[in-house]
Amino acid sequence: MKHTISVQVENKFGVLARISGLFSARGYNINSLAVGETEDPEISRITIVVHGDESVLEQVTKQLNKLPDVIKVKDFLNSDIIKRDLILIKVSANKKVRPEIIEIATIFRAKIVDVAKESITIEVTGDEDKVSAFMDLMRPYKIKEIVRTGVIAIERGGK
Amino acid sequence: MNGAKIILESLKKEKINKLFGICGGSVIPLFDEIYKDDDIEFILTRHEQAAAHMTDGYSRATGEVGVCVATSGPGATNLVTGLATAYMDSIPMIAITGQVATHLVGNDAFQEADTTGITRPVTKHNYLVTDVKDLASTIKEAFYLARSGRPGPVLIDIPVDIQKGSCKFTYPEKVNIRGYKPKTSGHTKQIKAAVKLINASKKPVVYAGGGVIISKASKELRAFAAKGKLPVTTTLMGTGSYPADSELSLSMLGMHGTYFANHAIQNSDLIVAIGARFDDRVTGRVKDFARGAKIIHIDIDPTSISKIVNADLPIVGDCKIILKKLTKDIETKKRSGWHKQISKWKKEHPISYKKDKKLRPQYIIEQLYEATSGKAIITTEVGQHQMWAEQFYKYNEPGTFLTSGGLGTMGYGFPAAMGAKMGKPKKTIINIAGDGSFQMNIQELATCVINDINVVNVVLNNNYLGMVRQWQELFYDRRYSQVCLGKSHKERVPDFAKVAEAYGAKGITVCKKEEVMPAIKEALKYKTGPVVMDFIIEEEENVYPMVPAGAAIDEILVDMA
Ligand SMILES: Cc1ncc(C[n+]2csc(CCOP(=O)(O)OP(=O)(O)O)c2C)c(N)n1
Ligand SMILES: [Mg+2]
Repeated sequence: MKHTISVQVENKFGVLARISGLFSARGYNINSLAVGETEDPEISRITIVVHGDESVLEQVTKQLNKLPDVIKVKDFLNSDIIKRDLILIKVSANKKVRPEIIEIATIFRAKIVDVAKESITIEVTGDEDKVSAFMDLMRPYKIKEIVRTGVIAIERGGK
Repeated sequence: MNGAKIILESLKKEKINKLFGICGGSVIPLFDEIYKDDDIEFILTRHEQAAAHMTDGYSRATGEVGVCVATSGPGATNLVTGLATAYMDSIPMIAITGQVATHLVGNDAFQEADTTGITRPVTKHNYLVTDVKDLASTIKEAFYLARSGRPGPVLIDIPVDIQKGSCKFTYPEKVNIRGYKPKTSGHTKQIKAAVKLINASKKPVVYAGGGVIISKASKELRAFAAKGKLPVTTTLMGTGSYPADSELSLSMLGMHGTYFANHAIQNSDLIVAIGARFDDRVTGRVKDFARGAKIIHIDIDPTSISKIVNADLPIVGDCKIILKKLTKDIETKKRSGWHKQISKWKKEHPISYKKDKKLRPQYIIEQLYEATSGKAIITTEVGQHQMWAEQFYKYNEPGTFLTSGGLGTMGYGFPAAMGAKMGKPKKTIINIAGDGSFQMNIQELATCVINDINVVNVVLNNNYLGMVRQWQELFYDRRYSQVCLGKSHKERVPDFAKVAEAYGAKGITVCKKEEVMPAIKEALKYKTGPVVMDFIIEEEENVYPMVPAGAAIDEILVDMA
């Protein structure tokens, strides 16, 4: 099962290394990891997507909580959340196929951010499913490069 | 005040008056302050690894926090084994390392190593201090982290310019780390549920680990076991937490545990695990461990609970507090049927060895027990001798058996013994060593002689890396690959008594059974420095009982089949 975990940490040097070290040392697999400052500049938030059964997730959560620099850990499994992933995708595109690609992008409410003679670069935002679906549709056009932020998530409602 | 002096003044606030370690380029300012300071005693070791183990031994013997010091680069990397050893056994200690000047950090400067990076997985926490103003509060925090919750080693890396920098010294009164609030008291509902399970149990076993010793809960454990007539088995780390000569004691469980402890676990209906972590040397084949039992698991570290074996009833908190609460509420019971069964197992397969004319290690340890009336602090190295030391000396008090349980570090015992002696100068300290392990920190004989540290090393010299040889004998068809330590079976290397004498220590060689007691008495009489006793024992003696790796713990070999 895929879990999205949100971790609030002290915005200090070495914290990211502690967290990634914990995952690698214990053999947990990270699907994606995104870091950024929060509304409080002393606190950063790390959003981690990780695969594993319940017992693995229980250990991951406990191990994260054990680090003195970790302030709060929340597994979003049973929460109502908004998830976003952003990709930049560069696709081979000559004049002939360019309109088709632009049409697909429009349907996905994606943005064309750069156009060159033989390629086109598109920005897509959405949950993982939408982003994956878009990538699948681009595959026939020969994808040159994909850059992806990893998932970030926030809970719905006033909390 | 300069940074170096701030370090020493902060340490004094933490009641530190001894440091162990070695100097170097990036700690010269600190050592200059040590030179000027009359209140801090410095023990100059011959290897930083030994300094770390000494600190660890000091902490274990006293229950306080020791401090070691090393220079940057190689000094710091030499500490790593000692930190990892303390980390695995949850021992509180502080390591202070010098670092290259802040403007050089990251430049591959001379004797630069990424010390915080290298030690991150083997410390509870570590710091790189980048501003002299943070120094005092960092030290305060480090001690707090090392001591509280599940204790462990904490390292503080201090660049040389920070030691030279200066600011006003104020030592904080309090620490507040918002992400670190260990729970100690235990959940009331869980405790109530545990009482119910214990009262209902017909065949309970208490499985006590090092956590009982760390939380200073031995007295509470005794009261708990006595009220419910609960048999107690201890792990290697829990040795001494419960008196070995008590009727309720089952001694150690697991790979080299007793037949009766392992059978009690396997036939029990309720395991009360206290400050223990279900190590693979304890559980054997996990899915068959305590098959029919419910499990109550009490530990201050939530990550230990349900990591290996699922706990039916977890209680997160300090063993001492929780044991008190449990004892108050459980019913007084006899449980005679269960005890009759256990007595039967004890009679069938007691811990034993072949009693003949040969010089056998088990006999030597029994004689040590006799000669010291069981009152010594024993440290060990790692190998067969470590297991014999656990099996044949009886430990009735916590803090009397110091051993590297989690990491299994050869070279631990001798420096740990020295640290223990520094912490408990009135105690007799004996390091039970193997001929292989002793050579891993043998250079500390110099430190010992120079500082008049009176410890007795009992080398059980079997001319082999014996524990590995035993596995090769039993599971690899006697293919003895790279385990013989001598030149031949006749010529053992080195002559330990001569090495001792070269350092100015006392050396004694013992070859015959009848020489054992007089030699021990002679060694115990010697009070001016270290003693090395070289016991030339049987080469191929094995440790029994033994549970083969991967077997269930009741699939136990009681002796050579
Ligand atoms: C630093 C280190 N290296 C290797 C080992 C693996 N090892 C475990 S026991 C052992 C043999 C120890 O020999 P010795 O000290 O003579 O003790 P004996 O088993 O013979 O009593 C070895 C090599 C270890 N535990 N620690
Ligand atoms: Mg040996």
